[in-house]
Amino acid sequence: MKVAITSRENSIDSIIDSRFGRCAYFAIYDTETKETEFVKNPNKEANEGAGPASVKFIASYRVEKAVSGEFGFKIKSLMNEVNIQMIVIQEEKTIKEIVDLLNK
Amino acid sequence: MNIAIASGKGGTGKTFVSTNLFKTFQSLGHSALLVDCDVECPNSLLFFDLKKLSDTIVKEYRPIIDTNKCVYCGLCYEYCEYNAIFYVPELKQIKLLDNLCHGCKACTVACKHGAIENSSTEIGQVSFFVDSEKHIFLEGRLKEGKIASIPIIKSTIKEALSLSSDFVLIDSSPGTSCPFIQTAVRSDYIVLVTEPTPFGLSDLKQAVETLDSINKNYGVIINRSGIGNIEVYDYLEKNKIPIIAEIPFSKEIARYYSEGKLAVSYLSEIKELFEEISNKIIKNGNSIS
Repeated sequence: MKVAITSRENSIDSIIDSRFGRCAYFAIYDTETKETEFVKNPNKEANEGAGPASVKFIASYRVEKAVSGEFGFKIKSLMNEVNIQMIVIQEEKTIKEIVDLLNK
Repeated sequence: MNIAIASGKGGTGKTFVSTNLFKTFQSLGHSALLVDCDVECPNSLLFFDLKKLSDTIVKEYRPIIDTNKCVYCGLCYEYCEYNAIFYVPELKQIKLLDNLCHGCKACTVACKHGAIENSSTEIGQVSFFVDSEKHIFLEGRLKEGKIASIPIIKSTIKEALSLSSDFVLIDSSPGTSCPFIQTAVRSDYIVLVTEPTPFGLSDLKQAVETLDSINKNYGVIINRSGIGNIEVYDYLEKNKIPIIAEIPFSKEIARYYSEGKLAVSYLSEIKELFEEISNKIIKNGNSIS
């Protein structure tokens, strides 16, 4: 299973980005291979609709879960439609720490 | 002459100035029309005893995506500047996000498979009112839950300009973004209402920069003078921006306003002040156009 985690930078020591739609990077973690791929969020500077466009973006990676500091109201129903479970983490954890939690 | 009453900051007194100015123009014998273009929260007409004549519905274009004809090529998604098309080809998902759609029709132009049908959605209305002396009033109103105020402002001003009136007074939306610009570009003269506070000054600067960038003629009314500090005055003097008038901070004015009454009808010094303001606006507006 793949999980998208919003990240401020492109390393596993980076802190989670508290915003979903306008996060800097998505860390795409694969629970089977244990590999993490960092992809730049193309919607960070979008004029409008960064949230829905980011749902589309991570859905194209076939992720089943998304971890972020918060999710805007426009995207909650879209997440359900593409079957992505939302996980909110409000503490400033690193990507590595979140990956460890996912593996517990 | 089209006169917009605008401000950067909200709550500086646009509606107070618009309504009292309108009353003054009328009492001075001018043919004037009051138009409320603060479509997200129109309230100018509360100050008058009016009867509604008619409503004109304002609609905006909406595409309808036929998923049976759609080949999931993604071209409509690429054309959309506002991310209003939710498109996940991997899951054969495509749909319009109504709240993000600006009705620009780019998606419809993009589609080569006839999968997008034309439709429209109601976003608000322009209403015509009349008082006992047969004066017409106009109000633009955005429907609850809708976000596109610009088409309503455009329609309201279009209707206003179709009525022959010497002076069209337009109560504008606060801020300095699209709604403000839409009313400003269609006006010959803009009255910026501000207050002598840091907030008033900060937003006044943005309004001034915006109007300068579109080459508009404007003057400033300082409302609630006597509060705050002198920074607004320093800024206006330094930039050679004309002060049309200062309206004193007064509990009496506030009380009449809160009761839905026009201060010019009750306070002789305010009546005189607004007569002076009217004459200055006419003079300033004419000197350029």
